[in-house]
Amino acid sequence: MYAQKVESTGARPKSLDEMDPQERAFQERIDANIKIEPKEWMPEGYRKTLIRQISQHAHSEIVGQLPEGNWITRAPTLDRKAILLAKVQDEAGHGLYLYCAAETLGVTRDQLTEQLLSGKAKYSSIFNYPTLTWADIGAIGWLVDGAAIMNQVPLQRCSYGPYSRAMIRVCKEESFHQRQGYDIMMVLSKGSEEQRAMAQDALNRWWWPSLMMFGPSDAESVHSAQSMAWGIKQDSNDDLRQKFVDQTVPQAEYLGLKVPDDDIVWNEAKNDGKGGYDFGEVNWDEFFDVLAGNGPCNAERLGARVKAWEDGAWFRDGLMAHADKQAARKIAA
Amino acid sequence: MGVETIRKPADTRVAVKPAFDLALRMGDNALILAQRNAAWCGHAPALEEDIALANVALDLIGQAKLWLGYAGELEGEGRSADDLAFLRDGREFRNVLLVETPNGDFGQTTMRQWLYDSWHHFMLEGLKASSDERIVEIAEKSAKEVAYHLERSTDLVIRLGDGTDESHKRMQDALDYLWPFARELDVADDADRAIAAAGIGPDLASVAEKALAYRSEALSQATLTAPTDAVPRKGGKAGVHSEAFGFMLAEMQVLQRTHPGVKW
Ligand SMILES: [Fe+2]
Ligand SMILES: [Fe+2]
Ligand SMILES: [Fe+2]
Repeated sequence: MYAQKVESTGARPKSLDEMDPQERAFQERIDANIKIEPKEWMPEGYRKTLIRQISQHAHSEIVGQLPEGNWITRAPTLDRKAILLAKVQDEAGHGLYLYCAAETLGVTRDQLTEQLLSGKAKYSSIFNYPTLTWADIGAIGWLVDGAAIMNQVPLQRCSYGPYSRAMIRVCKEESFHQRQGYDIMMVLSKGSEEQRAMAQDALNRWWWPSLMMFGPSDAESVHSAQSMAWGIKQDSNDDLRQKFVDQTVPQAEYLGLKVPDDDIVWNEAKNDGKGGYDFGEVNWDEFFDVLAGNGPCNAERLGARVKAWEDGAWFRDGLMAHADKQAARKIAA
Repeated sequence: MGVETIRKPADTRVAVKPAFDLALRMGDNALILAQRNAAWCGHAPALEEDIALANVALDLIGQAKLWLGYAGELEGEGRSADDLAFLRDGREFRNVLLVETPNGDFGQTTMRQWLYDSWHHFMLEGLKASSDERIVEIAEKSAKEVAYHLERSTDLVIRLGDGTDESHKRMQDALDYLWPFARELDVADDADRAIAAAGIGPDLASVAEKALAYRSEALSQATLTAPTDAVPRKGGKAGVHSEAFGFMLAEMQVLQRTHPGVKW
């Protein structure tokens, strides 16, 4: 999802018997749902995996400002402009809390920024798709923030205290975003013929990339097994994707829009007999291609971040120099 | 625009036309400055600045809604704040040229904001004494937000002016470029004189004097020097805007113009 392919240690999780006493005590705390806090001992693999996951999530929030930021200056009413601007601003805020959470694990925001700008760090594949019409702003709020919530609600229970607390704040705002997005889709789908067509077209383009947000099937993944044992991942990618489809298909029907997948059919037997939707296979070649840097907007997104950072260097240096001068004046006085 | 006379006999406001002019000018200034600032979202030099500038833009959009909403009421032709924002042509906008100047670098954007804030703050103080209650209400609400805008932009101008050689130079260049535009705020035209005469708004000369005193103090801390012989760059109040303004409106109004009459 926002962290779609987080590599863990690459080893199967150890059993309690295989662990040394320190590691065992750590695992027992996690199993007892006691939060791990920054100053406490933690296995190096836990720390590294968390840094990777939290920073991928933070980068996704920051890069995620760009596709929607595109439409702020073109929003069709003053209210829509304010709502969209506030939303994109929230995403910057999410990035900020998450970088702060990552910093508690012994990295700096500047180091993480460097990793993003050099192309070393990943961010969610979804933000490499273009926003072509106003309806894309609705579709992103509805589908992309919707998928984000699906993934982040369980992360509120994450074993690492600062990440879990950041997720609690973030989730509240994401659910606003989703409602606002759905509201745009509602107005468009009840609007003129052109507006309806715009809404359907946006759903057509954003549906599959939204399903890709959950990442490839990880039922067999050792990375996922270790992350689950550590309490930094709660559900499998496939389970979350299924939940998302089950929630979203009826919402599309309510809008009178068609989900672009002819394989969607209700299946009574799914979800342990509670029923759920069967759906078609995601184009994973496209997903890996986008992740490898070949999506429609990868170069533009990263380019925009690099430009903002480089153009802003004099500004950050100026503030720093002033702070140094002030400190020197204080000492002299 | 057809606001010349008092429509309602029970209306105690003696001056609908000056109130309309004032509301339109304040609203257009807020709207256009917000539109310029909002374009930074996602591109600012630091996350904290991205968030802070978006806050300023959000406040200004809110203020534009109030001012333009009131202007529409005074006009009495059923135009909403959105109609005024999205369906007028450039020649009908009454914002000063300062707020429509291109963003430039973040220093130029900061300087533009500061020059406007340091006028806006004292203008709103004056408007709190307006003879029009609605204007008093909007001014009081806006003044709380603008106090923060001014604090933030003053702080940045001082820190960047007295920062590195490069930040100093960029801020001085921005000041040299923008100062003549800021002077349009100070020079009263016929509408401004009618606004003051009707007690709708303050005398612009008194606002200018307070703004200048405030700016001088901050500029000395910032080690920056204001031009002394700047000829005002004006025209916006009369609807004579810059070439860049047309492109900005084309972008801002595109959806309303392409799909007339629908809901969003
Ligand atoms: Fe977010
Ligand atoms: Fe998120
Ligand atoms: Fe969001």
